[in-house]
Amino acid sequence: MIFAVVTFPGSNCDRDCHDALERILGYRVRPVFHKENNLGLCDAVVIPGGFSYGDYLRAGAIAKLSPIMTDIRKFAEAGKPVIGICNGFQILCEAGLLPGALIRNHTLKFISRTVELRIENNHTAFSSEYESGQIIQLPIAHGEGCYIADNSTIDLLEVQKRVVFRYVGPVRFDAPNGNPNGSRNSIAGIINENGNVLGMMPHPERACDPLIGSTDGADVFRSIIFSLLHSGVKRPADIRV
Amino acid sequence: MKARVFVTYKPGVLDPQGQTVCQFLKNQGQSKVRDVRIGKLIEFDLEEMPHSDAESLLKQISDSLLANPVIETYRVEVV
Repeated sequence: MIFAVVTFPGSNCDRDCHDALERILGYRVRPVFHKENNLGLCDAVVIPGGFSYGDYLRAGAIAKLSPIMTDIRKFAEAGKPVIGICNGFQILCEAGLLPGALIRNHTLKFISRTVELRIENNHTAFSSEYESGQIIQLPIAHGEGCYIADNSTIDLLEVQKRVVFRYVGPVRFDAPNGNPNGSRNSIAGIINENGNVLGMMPHPERACDPLIGSTDGADVFRSIIFSLLHSGVKRPADIRV
Repeated sequence: MKARVFVTYKPGVLDPQGQTVCQFLKNQGQSKVRDVRIGKLIEFDLEEMPHSDAESLLKQISDSLLANPVIETYRVEVV
């Protein structure tokens, strides 16, 4: 299995993703620079966190126009798995591959801490290794993680069970209901209508190595592998000798 | 020639920066301030061209880059 990990100028979780996927989980990684025109042989794409183009204008606004995005769009439209983490989520929303937008946290502060998330739907290509309703702990680190969309979009996401992760804790004075950033319906991660594109603000790649406290994030990547193995789609990694 | 694009949040989109400034002004005793919304002003220096061309150019740039239609609206002003 090959994960393509895309690096934009200002990405800073690309190495974390690379390390988690290759050293800890044992998958192959293909680093892809944003100026490349195609992803090459890969089974899944990871758009990592960071501050692409310094978050200037809006988080993800400039990255969405990078050359590699054309091929990422094609990859996603072909039904193959794409996961955007943190800044990657923002880029996917800006690119229109996911609905809604991420704006400044309601506290106006950059938040860097561990939060509790509930698995709202474990029948997705990104969450099948979790139990439904399971509570996991993942770190967040963002200034613009407040997920918003119009009412009809939010209703649609809920009805179609496209909210995969929801913030549930810890409850704090600035995080009633455990929602740290003011996201509508405490949304932490969503999938597109086809279920092959996921965006999430928390960092699963920072919770894979037991050495740094938690391995709750590893099942996101294991779920992707599980779905690839059971999709029946011929994988480029297999075709290649 | 000079031109400007104003990008603002759509009505209803939470603007915590504007709220904070508004609240501060109210705390200062500025009772006449009802609400504050903060947006962006982007100034352009363009090659000379007909007004309408400049407008459509900036509209195209705004649609593709400067404003996110999910949360923002924009206004183009060619000087």
